[in-house]
Amino acid sequence: MNALPAAEAPAAGAIDAGAGQARRELLRELLHSKTFAVGGVIVAFWCFCAIFGYHIGPYGPFDQDLNSVNAAPSSAHWFGTDQLGRDVFSRVIAGARTVLVVSLVATLLGTVLGTILGLVTGYLRGWVDETISRFIDAVLSLPLIVTAILVIAALGPSNVTLTITIGLIFAPLIGRTVRTAVIQERELDYVTAARLRGENGVYIMFAELLPNVMAPVMVEFTVRLGYAIFTAATLSFLNFGIQLPTPDWGLDISQNFSEITAGYWWEVLFPAAAIATLVIGINLVADAVEGVLDR
Amino acid sequence: MSAEAVPAPDALDVRDLDIAYRVRGSDRSAVRGVSFRIGRGESFGLVGESGCGKSTVALALVDYLPRNGRVTGGSVVIDGRDLRSLSKGELRRLRSRTVSMVYQDPSRALNPSLRIGRQVAEVFEVAGLARAEAVDRAEQALARVRISDPGGVMGRYPHQLSGGMQQRVVIAMALAVEPALLILDEPTTGLDATVEAEVLDLVAALREEISTSLLFISHNLGVIAKMCDRVGVLYAGELVEEGRAREVFDDPRHPYTVGLLRCIPRRGRLKDAGWLDTIPGFLPSPGTQSAGCVFADRCGLVEDRCLAEHPPLYPIGGGRGSRCHFHERAASLPRAIPRDLAEPAPAEPGATLLEARNLGKTFSFGGSDVHALSGVDLELRPGETLGLVGESGSGKTTLARLLLGIVEPDEGSAMELDGELLAGTTQRRSTDQVKSIQIVFQNPDSALNRRHSVRRLIGRSLSKLAGLRGQALRDRLLELTRSVRLADRYLEVRPVQLSGGLKQRVAIARAFAGNPRLVVCDEPTSALDVSVQAAILNLLYELQRKEGVAYLFISHDLGVVRYLSDRICVLYLGRVMELGPAASVFSPPHHPYTEALLSAVPSLDGGESDRIRLDGEIPSPADPPSGCVFHTRCPRKIGAICETTEPPLDESEPGHAIRCHIPLEELRRLQAEPTRSVPVGD
Repeated sequence: MNALPAAEAPAAGAIDAGAGQARRELLRELLHSKTFAVGGVIVAFWCFCAIFGYHIGPYGPFDQDLNSVNAAPSSAHWFGTDQLGRDVFSRVIAGARTVLVVSLVATLLGTVLGTILGLVTGYLRGWVDETISRFIDAVLSLPLIVTAILVIAALGPSNVTLTITIGLIFAPLIGRTVRTAVIQERELDYVTAARLRGENGVYIMFAELLPNVMAPVMVEFTVRLGYAIFTAATLSFLNFGIQLPTPDWGLDISQNFSEITAGYWWEVLFPAAAIATLVIGINLVADAVEGVLDR
Repeated sequence: MSAEAVPAPDALDVRDLDIAYRVRGSDRSAVRGVSFRIGRGESFGLVGESGCGKSTVALALVDYLPRNGRVTGGSVVIDGRDLRSLSKGELRRLRSRTVSMVYQDPSRALNPSLRIGRQVAEVFEVAGLARAEAVDRAEQALARVRISDPGGVMGRYPHQLSGGMQQRVVIAMALAVEPALLILDEPTTGLDATVEAEVLDLVAALREEISTSLLFISHNLGVIAKMCDRVGVLYAGELVEEGRAREVFDDPRHPYTVGLLRCIPRRGRLKDAGWLDTIPGFLPSPGTQSAGCVFADRCGLVEDRCLAEHPPLYPIGGGRGSRCHFHERAASLPRAIPRDLAEPAPAEPGATLLEARNLGKTFSFGGSDVHALSGVDLELRPGETLGLVGESGSGKTTLARLLLGIVEPDEGSAMELDGELLAGTTQRRSTDQVKSIQIVFQNPDSALNRRHSVRRLIGRSLSKLAGLRGQALRDRLLELTRSVRLADRYLEVRPVQLSGGLKQRVAIARAFAGNPRLVVCDEPTSALDVSVQAAILNLLYELQRKEGVAYLFISHDLGVVRYLSDRICVLYLGRVMELGPAASVFSPPHHPYTEALLSAVPSLDGGESDRIRLDGEIPSPADPPSGCVFHTRCPRKIGAICETTEPPLDESEPGHAIRCHIPLEELRRLQAEPTRSVPVGD
């Protein structure tokens, strides 16, 4: 019937936690969550690979052994070798770097742009909001991958264009979420109070509103990071992103894709599994972050 | 406890109830050793401030505690059945037949996607009636709560009804099965005083009709005094005093009750009569264990024994009890703060500070114009308080927002500050004008940015409004926070770590940062507990005496408005109905609308008599009635002239204007009937 209170209101005037302690509390709650622990371990593993992957593999990622092309997994080559005789395991380990860097930078770019977009449209409303929002609707009405391919085809494929493209495509998506949060926040009296002491719009947006919409921004960031990895892998699979011979999961899948009919499944399966585990790991972290921040 | 013979079985018998909430792995005790009983047909009130455990008790009675809450001891017997011995099915039957509950917010108690008729009929179906019969009974139930068109209301959705109507529907549902016990948890807290009065009258009348026992929970002592035979005062999870409502409020025997009653501006207390008393200190945080009395650290009568020995509920005769070792001396509780106003009263104000002429505001919604405010003329003098009263929708907040420049007035409106033209929006006002008019909002949670520290919240206003920098800013910041009696250690803290009263102090400090001439106080104490309210009212008055600031004080609590205001402005549907010195407005002759507002206030001081009631709802400002806008609800309407001609705002006495066709002498005669008691005025 009625929403019940979780507990009695805290005592009046009791200062039981400093601001830093509140943040530590949040962090502790996060660390205690099993979802976060599992996701964190997976993500940490791939981050480790991204940093040291070129050196810790049993073989160099570019080393070709033409005597053993398309070799099945064995003790010498755990994940087998590809059609050029390169060790699949070493390439998977090294391949974490490009995909992580591209998706991380792209998501950061998208989050920063999206947050600005959301603050401006949500705070100003009116014709600014109408114009930008309709433009965003138009962009979003196309499938993401199609838009990305159009942009990359126009600019020429490279890591940089791939990053910028994903970032630009994510910006309106993130912007929409932030806008919704801002629209709720701007109705609160502290915004009126700021206007009543003559603050300008930029100060209100970035000093008053932004700190209060950081929770949805952070949730968006972690969730989008998962999508970014998937998008980056997809685009390099389609040869619109990372270029040969850089070890990259999407690219490796596309290179060896045709071999799968010949029975060389390992050349595709292991990079694919790498993508899957990283995306799952990040989504687990995102779920945990969302769960903690929502309370 | 009560030594009198009570007919058995009691509707409710609560014994030694202990309730704890599990927070981060440990139990925090929320209610300790609460015992009370409610006889058949009796009405019992539970009062206390927020955090005292009122709602926790209510929820435990129907076994609806949140998941982390649990009854750790004692028993609850409803209508002769022990709650703890019941199976799930029996408990469900108990809830559907024997106990009903009405909550504070009716819009959340009703399902927004079901028609009223369906929801009410469902109650009867659950009780075992066939569908067609249930619908008939639903219609009768709605008629019983004085809904004039029950058939029509049954076809509507909850959002199509006003708050008062919704609460009637909820009450109809609660009473549908004629429960042995009806629990009302703050049932009128969100409603206007006039609507509250109607709902309370309805509950009182229905109780006569169907002899249900009532458990009435409220923070509003006036409401409890009106509705209840007996009352229990809760403090920090313990029942500290119990007895007949009248006796407890007239002759309290626990220092907490004594202190609480002193916090309320009663019997027409005025600010000139001295500071309101307050209760020092804070409620102990939940789960705090103390060997002695829970109130000891805030009590002016505390002795060693109070700290060492937990007082039992001493029976003190007449069915009364007090959990105080020194209950016979409770009334001698020393004041927490002296009554005397230390400084002399400010000099009589001369020049006009703010003048508004023909102030109006029209909002357009989907093509139709809503006149939120029209033709308001106002004057404010330096250092005076103008109280603004009226039901919700009367234009109080719109008027405040116009003065602040948050919304722009219609063409033809004119405002002047210190004789200089005051532009309609903040952007077009000079910096001096902007800092001259500031506001204290109702809800400090919304008014303070929760991500900023207190230092930043106040400091930013000082740098923007007072233009201070560096050391000068730091010095003034300390001076300002000390003047609102905020300890220095709170400066680095964020609002979430402050209590409601402390937050409101921060908001007040912020408003005073630029040495304002006029501060709009928009219900500044409505979100606060009574004891905190007293401290804030004292602070506002203290600042006024020191700084010579004028207040536009908006409140629905007429006792508070009366206490603080020099003059009162009564608004109805965006028009000024009455404007004059507080004393003249609050005593007859006054406008019939003012009369109705005053008689709607449940008084703590007894003297209940024939009140005048407003029928129906406040008309839509989009389509205001012809003639006098109040004629549709006016209890003293004299005839066709009220429907055709808008009466002028006549200055009947110097400085006191009333917008009514009835001549002043006639109003004086009508309103002077001896049985009438105005809730304020000694």
